[in-house]
Amino acid sequence: MSEVITTEVTPTAAPDDRAPKIAVRDLVKTRRSTRGSIVTAVDHVSFDVHIGEFVCLLGPSGCGKTSIINILAGLDEPTSGKVLLDGRPIAGPGPDRAVLFQEPALFPWLSVAGNVELALKLIGTSPAERAARARTWLTNVGLGSFADVQPHELSAGMRQRAQLARALATDPDVLLGDEPFGALDAQARELLQDEVQRVLLEREGPKTFFFVTHNVREAALLADRVLVMSAAPGRLLEEVRIGAPRPRQLDDVLVARVVSDVHELLMREVARARAEGSDRPIVQEVDDR
Amino acid sequence: MSAATAPATTERIRARRIAHEIGPPLAGVAGLIAVWALIAALTTTDGVPSPLDAWRAFLAGVRDGTIPDATVKTMIRLVFSFIVAVTIGTMLGVGLALNEFARRSVRPLVVALQIVPFVAWVPIAVIWFGATERAVVFVTIVGSFPSMTLAAMAAMRQVPPILKRAGRTLGAEGWDLYRDVVLPAALPGFIGGLQQAWGFAWKALMAAELIIAAVGVAGLGHLLAEEGETGDVAALAAVVAVIAVIGVLVEYLLFNRLDRRVRRRRGLLVEG
Repeated sequence: MSEVITTEVTPTAAPDDRAPKIAVRDLVKTRRSTRGSIVTAVDHVSFDVHIGEFVCLLGPSGCGKTSIINILAGLDEPTSGKVLLDGRPIAGPGPDRAVLFQEPALFPWLSVAGNVELALKLIGTSPAERAARARTWLTNVGLGSFADVQPHELSAGMRQRAQLARALATDPDVLLGDEPFGALDAQARELLQDEVQRVLLEREGPKTFFFVTHNVREAALLADRVLVMSAAPGRLLEEVRIGAPRPRQLDDVLVARVVSDVHELLMREVARARAEGSDRPIVQEVDDR
Repeated sequence: MSAATAPATTERIRARRIAHEIGPPLAGVAGLIAVWALIAALTTTDGVPSPLDAWRAFLAGVRDGTIPDATVKTMIRLVFSFIVAVTIGTMLGVGLALNEFARRSVRPLVVALQIVPFVAWVPIAVIWFGATERAVVFVTIVGSFPSMTLAAMAAMRQVPPILKRAGRTLGAEGWDLYRDVVLPAALPGFIGGLQQAWGFAWKALMAAELIIAAVGVAGLGHLLAEEGETGDVAALAAVVAVIAVIGVLVEYLLFNRLDRRVRRRRGLLVEG
């Protein structure tokens, strides 16, 4: 494994020496391709995510980002290596880790409020409290007047908001995002990013965020720390700490600098992978929206 | 707009919508009757009764009580067999969806049952149960539960994996996942299975009633057999029409409505 270079964009507080919320150690994930050969999706990746931190894992498409999210969510298992949550191996999915999927996985037979209420029901919230908490969270994400409509009646951006409300309503310790805004148009994406920033500022309790994305700007806007991954097979290339105050704007000097540095790094990586003739085509290398 | 005219307008919109809903099917029925009348007028033999003959035969059958009596007996048999078939089919289908070994070993048998024409079961049913009501019900159940089984299995297996994954990350495992995610997600497929099973149950029941002359249990199929022997074609046409009308009404007023309601709610219905 190559050495991870740490770039300090701004001086931040000393690295957290408490036990990490999430600890990934030498994670390897292989899978069988449709042609039957074994493909390494994640290649000896190690990192920590501390309590209250927002970490973005950034990398070209096909670098194994989704595999990492699935393993953290408990929906998939590592081929080798350790993935620990609060020091214990992850045994399966659970409401302590909410997941924002790229495709908003709302239940089409329930209303928007019904979706949030089901999440609350599953963690044992009393029926009386469910409705009130669902309304509160839908109002928080700007969907207060859409509580009683069906998910299909919402725009793609509004559906993602509803998914965000459903994920946060159960008060999870960790919010995992699998390119949650990747399928949205630029405007809806920006609104959602603002929304997440607002949640970050208003959050109660030590929530930990871990998003994977291929969007450099999104990572620079949202993350305390960006982990940059290589093209397939995914390895960690670099770690960038961002100490810029929130809420951030894309034209903030620090944010703009991170964007251009990381972008350059990623372009170099994509060019290298291409020169080496990576076995898989990189469809959408770096998203600059 | 003044308050006085508002109700009249909504009423008119409502009337127009109803006309829009039932206009085309009524036109279809009228067209069928016209073609039927034309064929009856052009043929000189007694083989083709006119629509009016059939209507008269229907009224006669209603007046002497044979048609209402047969309809009630048939419907009781049909509803009972349908409920049993749907229960067996749903349980078996869900079970097969859950267990791969069971699915791979039992599914071909269910497909085979589905392919065998239900009439083929009539002789066996008569040997097992005699020419009784039981034999009729047996044929109806065997004729309709395989389609429900296959539909229930397909409905379960076609639930989008992303919804199951979302449910699991929200903390739904085991029975909770099925109750709150998989079964509701599979509902449109189950309704499709009900529709199919209803059609098969009707057909199987008519075939069974027609062939098995059960003493004292006359249904619409038996009526067909009787009128066929006396050669009363108008009465036969009347009974066939009753069978068709009941089948269509149940399909449209119950299953089709249910299906559209469920699918509209999920945004799966494209209004055209």
